[in-house]
Amino acid sequence: MKFDTVIIGGGLAGLVAGISLQKEGRNTAIISTGQNALHFFSGSFESIGKPSDRLVTLFAEAGIPLHYKEGVRLMPLGTFRPSALALEDIDIFPEPRFAGKVLVVNFMGYHDFFAPFLAEGLEKQGIECRVRLLNLPELEALQLSQSGMRSSQMARILDPIWEKVVQEVRLILRDEDCVVLPQVFGMYDPSVPGLIREELPVRVAFAGTLPPSVPGMRTQQLLGRRFEKLGGRLLKGDNVLNARIDGNRVLSVGTKNLDRHQIQARNFILASGGYFSKGLKSNPFGIYEPVLGLDVEFDSDRNAWYDASFAADQPYMSYGVRTDAQLHAIRQGVTLENFYAIGSVLGATHPELGFGGGLAIRSAFTAVDSILQSASEL
Amino acid sequence: MKPQEFTHSKYNFEECMKCTVCTAYCPVLQVNPLFPGPKQCGPDEERLRLKDPYFFNAALKYCMNCKRCEVACPSEVNVADLIQAARIRYDHSAPKLRDQILASTDFMGSLARPFAPIVNSVTALPITAKVLDATLGVDKHRKFPKYSAFSFERWLSRHEKQQASFPAQIAYYHGCYVNYNEPQLGKDFVKVMNALGTGVQLLDKEKCCGIAMITNGMSAKAGRNARHNTAIIRKAVEKGLQVVGTSSTCILTLRNEYPELLGVDNSDVREDILLASRYIYEKLENGAKLRFKPDFKLKVAYHVPCHMEKLGWGIFTEQLLRSIPGVELTVLDSACCGIAGTYGFKKENYESSQAIGQRLFDMIAEADPEVVACDCETCKWQIEMSTPYKVMNPISILAQALED
Repeated sequence: MKFDTVIIGGGLAGLVAGISLQKEGRNTAIISTGQNALHFFSGSFESIGKPSDRLVTLFAEAGIPLHYKEGVRLMPLGTFRPSALALEDIDIFPEPRFAGKVLVVNFMGYHDFFAPFLAEGLEKQGIECRVRLLNLPELEALQLSQSGMRSSQMARILDPIWEKVVQEVRLILRDEDCVVLPQVFGMYDPSVPGLIREELPVRVAFAGTLPPSVPGMRTQQLLGRRFEKLGGRLLKGDNVLNARIDGNRVLSVGTKNLDRHQIQARNFILASGGYFSKGLKSNPFGIYEPVLGLDVEFDSDRNAWYDASFAADQPYMSYGVRTDAQLHAIRQGVTLENFYAIGSVLGATHPELGFGGGLAIRSAFTAVDSILQSASEL
Repeated sequence: MKPQEFTHSKYNFEECMKCTVCTAYCPVLQVNPLFPGPKQCGPDEERLRLKDPYFFNAALKYCMNCKRCEVACPSEVNVADLIQAARIRYDHSAPKLRDQILASTDFMGSLARPFAPIVNSVTALPITAKVLDATLGVDKHRKFPKYSAFSFERWLSRHEKQQASFPAQIAYYHGCYVNYNEPQLGKDFVKVMNALGTGVQLLDKEKCCGIAMITNGMSAKAGRNARHNTAIIRKAVEKGLQVVGTSSTCILTLRNEYPELLGVDNSDVREDILLASRYIYEKLENGAKLRFKPDFKLKVAYHVPCHMEKLGWGIFTEQLLRSIPGVELTVLDSACCGIAGTYGFKKENYESSQAIGQRLFDMIAEADPEVVACDCETCKWQIEMSTPYKVMNPISILAQALED
C-alpha cells in the first residue's frame, strides 16, 4: 500500500497533521495503537496563546467551535488554572471568583465527579455552594452495573434527555447565579452543552470528570471523522514494528496487523505521544523511542531524570526525540529527510512550540508545512 | 535471571493502567447493565482469578468477543482474549443443548444438507420459530440461514481438473457457511481467482474454525479442530500454497484465536493465512490485472465487521471495492451490528443485540445503498433481518463486476 504521507499515532497531533495534509490533497494514512490522550483531554488547549486562523478554521470545519479569552478555567476539585483557548463548552473566566453562589449538581450513583470536593474548593475562593444530587430513572439501569456509570455511558443516556435534566435543575435552583454540571453531555450530539446553557436562566459551567473525557472523546471522533471524510485512511489498533530505511530516507513501515505487507510513503510523521502513550520508553540505562530507535535527548546521569519533590517539574518530562528545526527526526546522528516527529514525543526539546495541546498543534503545522514545501521544490 | 522475562504478563494484562477507554467502546456495556464491562471482566478480575478461581464471574458470558476493547486499548492489553481465556479455564458448566446446536455449524450443516429443501421450509415456518424459542431459547425473531442441497466441496471437486490447470494455485478455506449455506460465494471466489490466473484447491478436509465453540463453552472440541486445521494448513503451505478465506471471522480464528486462546502454535504458517480481499488487493498492487464490465454500476455501503477491525484489514476490502469501476462507495462509521455469531440468536441476548446494531442500521438507511458490502456472514444475517437492505460479500460484488 502506498500513501503520500503515513502518520504514526492518531492523537491530537496526528489528526491535525492528517487533516491538514489531506485537505491539500495529500493521500494520508494514520496508524494508531488504540485510542489516545484525547480521552483524557481537559477541553482546554494549554500553551497555545492566541490561535491562528488556520487552527480555528481546521477545528471549525471539523465541527468543533473554539473560543479564545485569557483567564482561568475551573478544575474538577474547585481549583483554577490559567487558560486561553478551549472548546466552546469549557468556560474561561476572567478570575476565579466567577460567581456569587453556585449550585453544584451531580447524578445519583455517579462517582466519577466529586461534587463535594469541588464545592469545598470553590468555598475557599469565597463562593457559596450548594450540592444536590439528581435521581433520574433513566440512569437506574446504569447503577446496576459495577462499571456502568462512566462518563461515556452517562452521556449516551443524558444527551437525548437533556431537556429533562434542565427541567430538574430548574426545580432545585434557588437563588444561585451559577450551576456547575459534570462534563457528561454532548458526546453524541455536540450541541447539547450549548442548549443546556441557553435553557437555564443562570450561568452554567461544566467541570471535568474522571476519564474518559466526554469533550475529549467528542473531539477525537469529530477530528477522526473529518479526516476520513476528506479521504484519509485510519488504521486503528495497529502497531508499527519496523521500518525500511535507505540512508537518510525512510521507505516503508511494517505493522503488527499487516505483517509482511509494507506500507510505503513519501513522508512519515511520528506522532506517537509521550511516555503515557508509549511514544517514549525508559529502562534503567536510558530513554528510547521504540518505533524507529530515533535519537533521544536525555541526561545520561539517571539520578538527574527526576526531582525528589513530587510536585516539582520533572526533568524526564522534558526529554524527547531529537530533530532539526523543521522537525526532521535524527537517527544514529543522521537527519532523516522524510521522517518528522511531532507532539509529545518531542518532550520539551522545542520549548518555543509550547507543551501539551499547543505543542501537538504547532508541531503538526511545522511538519506539514515542511512536507508541502519540500514537495513543491521537487 | 533476566528480569525482562518477567515483565510480560499473559495477554499483557499487567499493562492495563485502568484508563477505562475500553469501557467507552464496548458495545455490550452500552446496552446491557448486567455485563460488568471489559476492564472489570478482563484485567481487573484477572488479578482476583489468579488468586482464587472462586472469583470467576458468570457474567463474562455476556462478552460478545467482538474485540473492540482490544482495538481501543492504548496499552495493547488483549482484553477480549483475557475474558475468553477465563471462560475456557474457569467455566466448567456443560454448555446448554441450544448452545451446542448453535455452535456446531459444520455438524448441523452436514445433517441438514441432504434434506435442505425440507429443512429450509421447516425452519422458515412461523411455528418452528415459536417452538425453538419456547423449547431451546433460540429467539423467535431470528431467521435461520438457508441450507444448500449441494455443498461447495462437492461442486469444487467436480472442477478439480480444470482448477489444477491454472499455473498458480491457492488453497481455499471456505468455512461452514460457504459449504452448507451459500456455495455461490465460493463459486464467486473461484471466478475471481481464475480471472487472476490462479486455480483453487480444497484443503485436506477442513473442519469448522471453531469460533462458535470457543464462545459457547466447547473449547475442547474447538482445540481439536484447531490442531486439525493448523496441520492441514501446514501441509498446504509446505506445498507452496497460501491459504485464502472469504469469511473475516474464520480467518481471525485461524490466525489469532488458535495460538491466543487454544494454545495451538501456528507461527510458522500464520502469515500464509489470508483473507481474499487482502490477497486480491496485493495481487493487483503487484501488477495483476482484472477486466471489468464497462457498464457496471453499483452503490455500495461497506460495513467493516468487528473482527475485520481487529485484523486491521478493512483497508484492503475498502481499497479493493474502490478499485472496481462503477462502484460508488460509502464506508460506514465503525459500529457493531450486534449479532456476534451465535450471540444474537440466544433469546436472552436478542434485545441487546438489536439495540447494539441500531446505530449501524440507521447509518445504512442514511447511506441508502443498493447493497451493503460486508466480509462476515453473521453480520449479513443480522443486517438483512433488521433492515430492508441486501448484503453481499465484497468478493461476490467483485465477481459480478468482472467481465464474463
